[in-house]
Amino acid sequence: MNIIDSANLVYRKTPVMTDLTMHYCPGCSHGVVHKLVAEVIDEMDIQDKTIGIAPVGCAVFAYKYIDIDWQQAAHGRAPALATAVKRLLPDRYVFTYQGDGDLAAIGTAETIHACNRGENIVIIFINNGIYGMTGGQMAPTTLDGMKTATSPSGRSVPLNGYPLDMTKLLAELDGTCYVTRQSVHSLGAVRKTKKALRKAFENSMLEKGTSVIEVVSTCNSGWKMTPDESNKWMVENMFPKYPMGDLKDR
Amino acid sequence: MAKVKGAVVVDTEQCKGCDLCVVACPSDVLSLSKEANAKGYNYSFMSSPDDCVGCAACAYVCPDACITVYKVKI
Repeated sequence: MNIIDSANLVYRKTPVMTDLTMHYCPGCSHGVVHKLVAEVIDEMDIQDKTIGIAPVGCAVFAYKYIDIDWQQAAHGRAPALATAVKRLLPDRYVFTYQGDGDLAAIGTAETIHACNRGENIVIIFINNGIYGMTGGQMAPTTLDGMKTATSPSGRSVPLNGYPLDMTKLLAELDGTCYVTRQSVHSLGAVRKTKKALRKAFENSMLEKGTSVIEVVSTCNSGWKMTPDESNKWMVENMFPKYPMGDLKDR
Repeated sequence: MAKVKGAVVVDTEQCKGCDLCVVACPSDVLSLSKEANAKGYNYSFMSSPDDCVGCAACAYVCPDACITVYKVKI
């Protein structure tokens, strides 16, 4: 019996993704999130009406992998650029895709003010607690005691301050309508993240305000672990500080 | 009871051998190959194809979208 037949297809790569092999390290969470964004765009049939804003960081080349219109912003400025795009083209679905170094460090002002103005955009925030692209330096989101290239004996609160919970901060602002924290380490988590992404994209056309989706992610090469070990490490160490679930939904 | 049989096809040149599909598979169908692809990664393959139920857990967690899943009822 021939199982491998198009009539029996259960899952395939969405056509909204390009055929290029992604430059991410093996097991990187970015790939899964890219795939989910592309699947949501495919299911909502909005490929011609979506504009993504690529960040600076590992995801800078996101525009090569998802076949939609893109702009690439200066470091941290993606929400500012998304504001302009959405205001000039209000019939488009506009989203930013940013890491923690981009959104929670250099782009703090842009992020907070875009959310406070309640821009009708989607902000996808990949939080892996480290600067992945530049070699695993400490980020504002790095956990207390976590070892990185610039904190080799672990982050120390008296010296470096507390880890910044950006999503909690954004949930307090009146301009945000949907703030949630998800992850992509298991089948169940992947499905929940996809639902959250779909809801956020739908919100952006309802003029309700900004939707923020934090995806707690791994950086296995920066954390110096295998992809499976880093997923387990994330569940044990990242989740207590960055718990899963909706922080705001109105 | 109808039995379900599945099969996965891995794009071996796109696979980076991250092992996440092997861990995600509830029926222990997948393993990493001893052979390497052109980039030097030990790609994933069906080492026990008879046990596959086509649940697509491997494909959902694959960061490189290189798994296609098929399923039939027999």
